[in-house]
Amino acid sequence: MSAYQVSIISIVGINVILAVSLNMISGFCGQVSLGHGAFFGAGAYAAVLAMVATASVPLALVAALVTGSLLGIVVGFASLRVRSDFLAVTTIGVNFLFTGFVRKQAWLGGEMGISGIPPTGLGAAGNMIMILLFAAATIAFSFYVSRSWMGFAFRAVGEDEGAAATLGINAGAYKLAAFGIGTALAGLAGGLYTFFTQFITADAFDFIFSVMLMAMVVIGGIGSTSGVVFAAVGLTLLPEAIRFVNNYRLLVYGGLLVLVIRLAPGGLAAMARSLVIRVRGT
Amino acid sequence: MYYIDLAVTGITFGCMYAVMSVGLTLVYGLLRILHVAHAAVFALGAYVTVLVADASGSIALGFLAAIIVTPLFGMAIYRLLYEPLLKYRPDVPMIASVGLLVLMQDAFRIVFGEQGVTFHRNAFSFTTFNFAGITVSAIQIAIVVTAAVVFTGLHLFTTRTRIGVGWRATVSRPQIAASFGVDPIKVRYLNFAIGSALAAVAGGLVALLNNLVDPTIGFVVSYKALAIIVLGGLGSVRGTLVASLVLGLVEAYGTIFIGAWLDRDAIAFLALIVLLMIRPQGFTGARTA
Repeated sequence: MSAYQVSIISIVGINVILAVSLNMISGFCGQVSLGHGAFFGAGAYAAVLAMVATASVPLALVAALVTGSLLGIVVGFASLRVRSDFLAVTTIGVNFLFTGFVRKQAWLGGEMGISGIPPTGLGAAGNMIMILLFAAATIAFSFYVSRSWMGFAFRAVGEDEGAAATLGINAGAYKLAAFGIGTALAGLAGGLYTFFTQFITADAFDFIFSVMLMAMVVIGGIGSTSGVVFAAVGLTLLPEAIRFVNNYRLLVYGGLLVLVIRLAPGGLAAMARSLVIRVRGT
Repeated sequence: MYYIDLAVTGITFGCMYAVMSVGLTLVYGLLRILHVAHAAVFALGAYVTVLVADASGSIALGFLAAIIVTPLFGMAIYRLLYEPLLKYRPDVPMIASVGLLVLMQDAFRIVFGEQGVTFHRNAFSFTTFNFAGITVSAIQIAIVVTAAVVFTGLHLFTTRTRIGVGWRATVSRPQIAASFGVDPIKVRYLNFAIGSALAAVAGGLVALLNNLVDPTIGFVVSYKALAIIVLGGLGSVRGTLVASLVLGLVEAYGTIFIGAWLDRDAIAFLALIVLLMIRPQGFTGARTA
């Protein structure tokens, strides 16, 4: 396998973790977050600091996971105060605040970022396998959550908070749980990302990246794990497969996002479902 | 003197933010949509101003063209994107709006280039006046005067004319206004047309101020405008003006006091988050967030 293929597969794995984790917050629980890049970034910076201090891969991953989740729970409290589009605006603010803060911190490398992060010792292929294992575990976990009582509660809260509360579901607690779990996975992805690149700057975690993640979730079909995985893989590979797309990446992502919301709000998952029904029906 | 210079910069930026954000306030007040793609309208206005000004040799003609083109674009956004999405939760049209902004921004990059476009002749932006040691550029004066004209004009339009009163009536009580013969759909188009034209004026002024229009021109401004309309109490034109001026001044002074640990552009979002957490309904509390 060429170095190019290894790096592409690694990126696919990281994006799958990010999209699936965002889907838990925005898809399952209905809390729209346009700042997922900030949690990814928080995890990445935490992993770097832990790696530099201890050179231990498990410790770095734990640091990434915990930092992402802590920041996520803090932002989750915002979801108790504001809803819907205003929560989305708040998370946009969190994303800008995160990059604006990191860029000015000398101890986080400032504008230049941090380079020379110690290697994991697994090699590029080893890193790739680790990333894929975590991605597979994330997908399995997402399916598990979706079928569990917690997944049911998430959906109830996402559909109608008032109705969920009447059923005795503590909406606030489940919203915090969704944020805590989703952002922990985003932090984990950040840790894996630092192992992969060994170099990070704040630009990698900006708002545009968060929009791209949201595009993956919406295009795949908000709330559908398999649809989101499919979209994350497809949208990551698309610019690589078609060179011409690479230069127009944001045009394609933005265009698909608008078209899907406007014409097929259920995304690929709903299209696949209606196709299956039509085939069976005839 | 340094502090007074900062105040001049702050007020200039504040007035620019106000003209830019008022369209967002109008759309929110009427449709309860956070019209993020307003920034694409703003950028389009800036591009049209520069391109027509360069082609014709007249900056005034550039502004005129921008004021004609952008309302059409704004109304098309309403008709093709928002109207069919009004039946969904408010975050759905908002995400679509973000998608449209990202798309437009990339389209501007592809069509007009990464480097952006500049005025061939822009003597205007190098003209400065000296008031007792304080240097003020002609553009800065133009921005402040424009803001004053725009807000006075809006006030007169909504209080003194029949269309304006119908517009206000539709914003506060759509059904009752309709029963008095005001066509709510026409009001929506009017709303997008006026807001977009004002964004174009702001875009043209920023183009003159920087003597450059690049694809990222609308990007940060757009999210700041979201902060401004929330700070200004959602749907309140007067609140928008006050919040814009406050933000302009806070940013100007903030760069020297807290610039060491926070980006200038992040200040607006810090204020936004703090306000949303303390008073989710905004300062005026007219609507719930």
